[in-house]
Amino acid sequence: MGIASAALALSATACGKSSSEGGSASTSDSKATKAAIAYDIGGRGDQSFNDAAYAGLKKAEDELDVDGSEAEPSSGEGDADKVQRLTSLARAGNNPVIGVGFAYAPAIKKVAAQFPDTTFGIIDDTSVTGKNIANMVFNEEQGSYLAGVAAAKASKTGTVGFIGGVEVPLIKKFEAGFAQGVKDTNPKAKVLTQYLTQPPNFDGFAKPDLGKAAAEGQLDKGADVIYAAAGLAGSGSIEAASKAGKWAIGVDSDQYNQAGLAEYKDSILTSVTKDVSDSVYNLIKSVKDGKPQTGEVRYGLATDGVALADSNPKYKSMTDLIAAVDQAKKDIIDGKITVKTAP
Amino acid sequence: MKKIDKDKLIIGAAGPVLALVSSFVLTMLVLLATGLDPIEPIRLMIENAEYADIQVLIVNQTGIFYLAALAVAIGFRMNLFNIGVDGQYRLAAMISAVVGASVELPGPLHILLIVVVAILTGAFWAGIAGILKTTRGVSEVVSTIMLNAIATSLIAWLILPANFGVQPEGSNDLTTGEIAESGWFPGIDMGQGNGEIYGFTFVALALGVVYWFVLNRTRFGFDLRATGESESAAQASGVDAKKMILTSMLISGGLAGLSGMPTLLGDTHTYSLSFPVGVGFTAITIALLGRNNPVGILFAALLFAFLEKASSNLDVAGYPKEITQIMQGIIVIAVVVSYELVRRYGTRRQQQKVGEELAAGGAIKTDKEVSA
Repeated sequence: MGIASAALALSATACGKSSSEGGSASTSDSKATKAAIAYDIGGRGDQSFNDAAYAGLKKAEDELDVDGSEAEPSSGEGDADKVQRLTSLARAGNNPVIGVGFAYAPAIKKVAAQFPDTTFGIIDDTSVTGKNIANMVFNEEQGSYLAGVAAAKASKTGTVGFIGGVEVPLIKKFEAGFAQGVKDTNPKAKVLTQYLTQPPNFDGFAKPDLGKAAAEGQLDKGADVIYAAAGLAGSGSIEAASKAGKWAIGVDSDQYNQAGLAEYKDSILTSVTKDVSDSVYNLIKSVKDGKPQTGEVRYGLATDGVALADSNPKYKSMTDLIAAVDQAKKDIIDGKITVKTAP
Repeated sequence: MKKIDKDKLIIGAAGPVLALVSSFVLTMLVLLATGLDPIEPIRLMIENAEYADIQVLIVNQTGIFYLAALAVAIGFRMNLFNIGVDGQYRLAAMISAVVGASVELPGPLHILLIVVVAILTGAFWAGIAGILKTTRGVSEVVSTIMLNAIATSLIAWLILPANFGVQPEGSNDLTTGEIAESGWFPGIDMGQGNGEIYGFTFVALALGVVYWFVLNRTRFGFDLRATGESESAAQASGVDAKKMILTSMLISGGLAGLSGMPTLLGDTHTYSLSFPVGVGFTAITIALLGRNNPVGILFAALLFAFLEKASSNLDVAGYPKEITQIMQGIIVIAVVVSYELVRRYGTRRQQQKVGEELAAGGAIKTDKEVSA
């Protein structure tokens, strides 16, 4: 085949130029800031994590006149591919370059050293550090703690459910906070925990039918509030809880206001929001303002980086519940309650 | 004899060529149907492949695919469908990473230990399917698929920090700890930040030669091919078919275990949640496309590596990079269809020729069927 032999011939002359040096002449000499995000598995359109990052980039494009670019991963790729992607984004003059998700950590470690004048952002990781690296991290466990308080208050059966998408340390933070919140509010309450898939099978973030089946199982065991931290799969558990006339708690964005879930929104008690889009926007803005963020940038309850949504009118009418949640929030911010990050 | 070989060669090449051409045409039709320029993405990919850093990625990926596809191919030659290459590859990479990180030995020994552990783990995992088949008659297709799922769960359990896993401070990833530098396989640095060609890529190529030699020049290889053609006939002529099944499953698993080594020894030096997956499934297509022939597989591996790596920047140019997945998917179907078409054509052609020769009163050459 022509292509194959061409590639073979080319690989023999491997001392050529790099993918970002030639070709499309980079126009980085103009003053416009160029920012880039490299997505996690799933890419744009996952209704969750990556879409939130895109929303931040979009906002920066609209409000800051930033020229944004995006790059998606290929399925089953390795660190070398991520290094190549970040390198070509940095060489093209993008600043900042943001890796969405902890999987980019080893790649950012390598690439950031080569481009000292470019700011690199990484979400959900503080293991790689450097002068030009901003680590954007969230206190998911704090938001989940509040969800636990709300769930314990709203539950009549004393049994609540937690559904995790994929059993990874990040999702265990959600579980730990939620379980602690439930137990602190009602020590006799029972928390049912289930994870949908194990890595490297990431279906648990993507397939609503898995979330639905898990939620139905927990409903059968008497749970009447179900908190799913499972990305797109969580919509299945919201559907199941709604059909059974029980409560669901959403995650990442305010799912009460999500168009795709409008049918079930009356059953969505609240959502634990994680402001990924603002973290992306803030980093781009800081670079444009000439004061790039560096080191750990933490988004917690105090800064509303994580929060509990109150869009559902039924939620607002539960004054007892809201009082308990507000008290817990205050205690966490004041340091009276320390929320565990691992179950 | 010469003439027949030429025929065989043409017929042998016709299958893959037909499959590739039709998959390219169909992919272009898909692009057209979605209102995109059908030529531009392919031109962009070829342009991408001219860059040194992409070439390094292509070469490295070719080595990984080559090893995994050899693992599949050795099963195919035995009429065994080892779908579990992916699970064997992941489990072997994980276990050998754990062992590699827990010891410190002088360079070559350290690498050797990791490689041997990987081979043994892969062979063990495939061997389970082999034993199930020889003792209980369980189809290896079913058992290897199930072993993939079991490997996933097993790895998820083993990599918990309570067992062998390490969660680096501030990271949300789980790893098996970093292997000491004595366990890194040296690569060839291509300079200017273009990356390294993994040293293990050359081991992969060498194993291709070994594969060819063992299958075509040894008694074992002959037994293996004979059992693949007809188990009962092989048994009748004194080959222990059950032993052959188990042995080839073990070899297949061992090779599958090796296919994680380029990445582990040359790049990541640890097994983490983001270790590449799916290699074993792509390898099935590559082995099919390469017709289980070591040279054919090499070209097929190179083509698939090219499709995967050269498409990496397509989305930046506004084209969905999923077109390469569409292309790979179509190749699978096209390969099966075109091989069958070519096979039928070949048989008909042979019958015609025999008929002609008979009509002409010539003697029938008996060696015609033997090599088919």
